[in-house]
Amino acid sequence: MAVRALLHVPASARIGEVIEIRATVQHPMETGFRVGSDGQLLARNLVRRVEGHFDGERVFAVDLHPAIAANPYLAFPLRVTGSGLLTVTWQGDEGFSHSASARINAP
Amino acid sequence: MTTRRIVLTAALGTLLAPAVRATPAALRSAIAAFTGGQLPRTGRVTLDIAPLIDNGNVVPVAIRVDSPMTAADHVQRIGLYTALNPLPEVAVFHLGPRSGVARVATRMRLATTQTLTALAVMNDGSVWQQQVDVIVTLAACIES
Amino acid sequence: MAAALLMAVALGAQAEPSATRRSGYADMSPATQALQRDDTQNPAWLWVADGERRFDADCASCHPGAALRGVAARYPAFDAVLGKPVTLAGRINLCRTRHLKAPPLALESDELLGLEAVVALQSRGLPIAPDRDPRLQPLRDAGQQLFQQRMGQLDFSCAQCHDQHAGGRLAGATIPQGHPTGYPLYRLEWQGLGSLQRRLRNCMTGVRAEPYAYGSDEATALELFLMQRAVGLPLETPAVRP
Repeated sequence: MAVRALLHVPASARIGEVIEIRATVQHPMETGFRVGSDGQLLARNLVRRVEGHFDGERVFAVDLHPAIAANPYLAFPLRVTGSGLLTVTWQGDEGFSHSASARINAP
Repeated sequence: MTTRRIVLTAALGTLLAPAVRATPAALRSAIAAFTGGQLPRTGRVTLDIAPLIDNGNVVPVAIRVDSPMTAADHVQRIGLYTALNPLPEVAVFHLGPRSGVARVATRMRLATTQTLTALAVMNDGSVWQQQVDVIVTLAACIES
Repeated sequence: MAAALLMAVALGAQAEPSATRRSGYADMSPATQALQRDDTQNPAWLWVADGERRFDADCASCHPGAALRGVAARYPAFDAVLGKPVTLAGRINLCRTRHLKAPPLALESDELLGLEAVVALQSRGLPIAPDRDPRLQPLRDAGQQLFQQRMGQLDFSCAQCHDQHAGGRLAGATIPQGHPTGYPLYRLEWQGLGSLQRRLRNCMTGVRAEPYAYGSDEATALELFLMQRAVGLPLETPAVRP
């Protein structure tokens, strides 16, 4: 299945308002501590870093560790300065790289 | 009781093998790396988490910090740490004046009943924290 | 044992939802309930998003808009060509092989689960209303037998935990009545989406019985009985459960 991501921004927002961005990406977040049915350790495979950019400016970042649940979910705040494009990027082990964008409408 | 022992053993088997726990020293050193050595004061940070957890695999958690989030006075980063997971670090969130408020949420894994610590480093270098105790129960009737 | 039999038969015969029947939603912590209620937080939507893409490409031309509303609330249904009841997952694959001339999707695959979730989502909020086709009754009765029969090394029947001891505790968790009100669902234990059949296999492993194979007649029989046992409870797909 292709990598799925969900990115939620409010339908519209006022300038100066603080909104909440919610982002989920499909990923097993394999901890590196689990053992498979063959008795072998399952290799660590994580999303390591998630960033939020608004019109090219970084507005959020988080470093993730094995203790973050699979299909990692993040909610972060943003003060609205105008309409623009919000982009969330996910980077991780084994070359994992994914991004999703949503328009913020602040008339 | 036989049923309970089998279910408990199976649950731990799928999560960890063998049982791995971070040491208090590892937790202290992880927090020191996050704070830059500054001693945390309790306050301004609120760690929102249910006191009793259905399933340690997916635990919603939110952290709020009392801060105006202006250029002159804001939270630079929020760190979340566990005492008894295999590793002490959970996540480090990077915020700034563009955030507007200091409030983040995620979902984490909790290996067992334990104490969580949330810390915030401010732009003036000061560090604030809150600690919360959480009880984790096990799901019944699992895969293996 | 006789009392459990009587209780199980009584539940199966009811046409109206009983005041004492409740979905597993009620047995979860408030935090997990909140996860299910909020579509922007429910991880199942990762699969629904994929299912929607697949449904629009393959299914929407024959089943536009909300044409499949009500379907998931009444399945399993009888398939005349096969001559036996089929589950929703089975029906999706029959549509693929018969009408799309496409190979069936693997049972319990992400692709099939996503499609099942999209179809069931069209029935979200509707009361479970099993198909009244009399040809379903023999396998439904067989399902009731399986529900009441002791199995596995621990020698428990479904009825012993989910009729007699529902509301009690097992390893710190509340024992639910075991109604299939939200499948496919995101189980926190799986950290993924899964079907009713996967959950039943977990139950059987729990009593140390050999689990029924995916797509087996036994699994379909149990599903038929469980849906009748849950008649009237609203469908919650895609649910979240511990």
